[in-house]
Amino acid sequence: MTPLVDIRNISIAFGGVQAVDNVSINLYPGEVVGLLGHNGAGKSTLIKILSGAYKADSGEIWIDGKRATINSPRDARAHNIETIHQTLALADNLPAPANLFLGRELRTLFGFLDDSRMEAETTKIMARLNPNFKKIAEPVSALSGGQRQSVAIARAVYFNARILIMDEPTAALGVHETKMVADLIMELKAQGLGIFLISHDTREMMELCDRVSVMKNGQLIGTERVEDVTEDDILSMIIMGKKADKAA
Amino acid sequence: MSTPDTANSTTSGGQKANKKRLIDALELDTRLLGMIGAFIVVALVFNVLTDGRFLTPRNIFNLTIQTVSVAIMATGMVFVIVTRHIDLSVGALLATCSAVMAMMQTAWLPQYLGLPLGHPLIPWLAIAAGIVTGAVIGAFQGWLTGYLLIPAFIVTLGGLLVWRNAAWYLTTGQTIGPLDPTFQMFGGINGTMGEFWSWVVGILATLAALAALWSKRRDKLRHDFPVKPLWAELALGAIIAGAILGLIAVLNSYQVPAARLQRDFAARGETLPEGFTAAYGLPFSVLLLIVVAVVMTVIARRTALGRYIFATGGNPQAAELSGINTRLLTVKVFAIMGALCAISAVVASARLTNHSNDIGTLDELRVIAAAVIGGTALAGGIGTIYGAILGALIMQSLQSGMAMVGVDAPLQNIVVGSVLVLAVLIDIIYRRRTGKG
Repeated sequence: MTPLVDIRNISIAFGGVQAVDNVSINLYPGEVVGLLGHNGAGKSTLIKILSGAYKADSGEIWIDGKRATINSPRDARAHNIETIHQTLALADNLPAPANLFLGRELRTLFGFLDDSRMEAETTKIMARLNPNFKKIAEPVSALSGGQRQSVAIARAVYFNARILIMDEPTAALGVHETKMVADLIMELKAQGLGIFLISHDTREMMELCDRVSVMKNGQLIGTERVEDVTEDDILSMIIMGKKADKAA
Repeated sequence: MSTPDTANSTTSGGQKANKKRLIDALELDTRLLGMIGAFIVVALVFNVLTDGRFLTPRNIFNLTIQTVSVAIMATGMVFVIVTRHIDLSVGALLATCSAVMAMMQTAWLPQYLGLPLGHPLIPWLAIAAGIVTGAVIGAFQGWLTGYLLIPAFIVTLGGLLVWRNAAWYLTTGQTIGPLDPTFQMFGGINGTMGEFWSWVVGILATLAALAALWSKRRDKLRHDFPVKPLWAELALGAIIAGAILGLIAVLNSYQVPAARLQRDFAARGETLPEGFTAAYGLPFSVLLLIVVAVVMTVIARRTALGRYIFATGGNPQAAELSGINTRLLTVKVFAIMGALCAISAVVASARLTNHSNDIGTLDELRVIAAAVIGGTALAGGIGTIYGAILGALIMQSLQSGMAMVGVDAPLQNIVVGSVLVLAVLIDIIYRRRTGKG
């Protein structure tokens, strides 16, 4: 089977600091791959290269077995790559529909924004993702962390993402909302999406992911199937920066 | 944010809650109401202080034409400030555009294209040249800001000196005039529509506004969104119609003085018929402002460009990650600002009937103040076109009112400066109370 995404030998440096150093990772349809590592290990940077926010110094990205050029967020979207960024990339002053469709607005016949249709579509998808979501017309600054997160997720789901990148999707959420996001990840996975998940919570990763990749100082330490390793093995990879000696 | 509301309705009982329900039903912007309230208070106070001279058709007419130039630029300043930039060069840019247009009319077109003075093409070619000049200079400043990442404050502070003196250089410091008679029609008193056409415009504008209200309601109903009760919609329509037609009625009741009519008739070789009167009506400059306001509002609310301007102001990073080219957006915003400076230059120089070297001096401060008093947040992401125009009107009312009362010039400026600071303070408190932005 060809991988959905094949990241090959990616490197990027920022002013002498090698943020990502020759990293290769792949992702299959219906799979969740977790990226683990300390702050500054290069996880977010790697993922921002895939989502078009940064341009790699070297290396290749292959999608569906074809070489892909991703120079901007627009290019990434053209490959059905959707990203939920750590910093929740929402414009606080705008309501949910404007955020959901930002950069891809629905237009009327004359090319004007079709706000009513965008509002109707938002109402529809939010009813599915987060039935408690009511404040459609208010600026998202008036929403709770979980509601804001569901706007960000709705954006990815609405536009039929095939490859979903989630950078700490549960970091700002309460217990109940975290559970909601976890359920959603499993649902999307069942639909055949490939998901890259970044988190600091090793236990959560062991539950949600099929494979986990550990990074340290910009380098890939290793990628393991979760059923082959224990949480302690992963933790030692994160801390020691060495592949664990497998017990079995 | 629901706490103060509930506290209000429970403690202070029925009347307050009723008023609130009325405002909610009309879906009126409380900030807009506050500004209209402030304007009415200013107008009434000056009317008392001037023994009723402030609210005469003549003075209202003068107020509107004095507001136009700053108000046009203030609509562009809203976009600039919403995207977290500032433009200190608008007064100087206005001068450069005015200089280009004046030189086109009086020197360049006659000399290089051989068009005789008074040729019907001259004013239009001059205006086109001015708008292109403004847009290109604006785009250049936007490029310096957006692509070379020089802060807009610095780019336009430099621009203030550069363009003020570019105008001086172009005209060698001379006053250029008289400007083309057709061109002068945009200045205010020299170009009004008269009674009949003012009513035509007023009625068309009313119909357009009502049609817009109606189509918005129909659109909401089609998507099963909640709509205002019909009586609220009708009341809002009546208020809008009343405001538009009321303004027209006031402008139409400002009579052209008999001496001037006599001069006009004499110029045409006729004599003034007995008992003949004529009203000024709507000035073309005010019509121009209305057109600019409508276009800018449509851009802000109904186009992707406007959406991106507000999104970028709210969260530049989010906008960029959503695939918005925020650099090019900066260029566009400053180009719009530049083009509007040129349109203001038409009005300002036409009003003076010539281009003078100090035209537009300190306009940058008036324009920024108008936008800010009108509720544009310097932190970005928030602002309205109508707010900026109301802001310009409030500022001009203060200035004219004080002049009529006979307040000393230095005191006038001290008051205007203080009002600016006070308005921003009130705005901050308002936002904190309502939790809005």
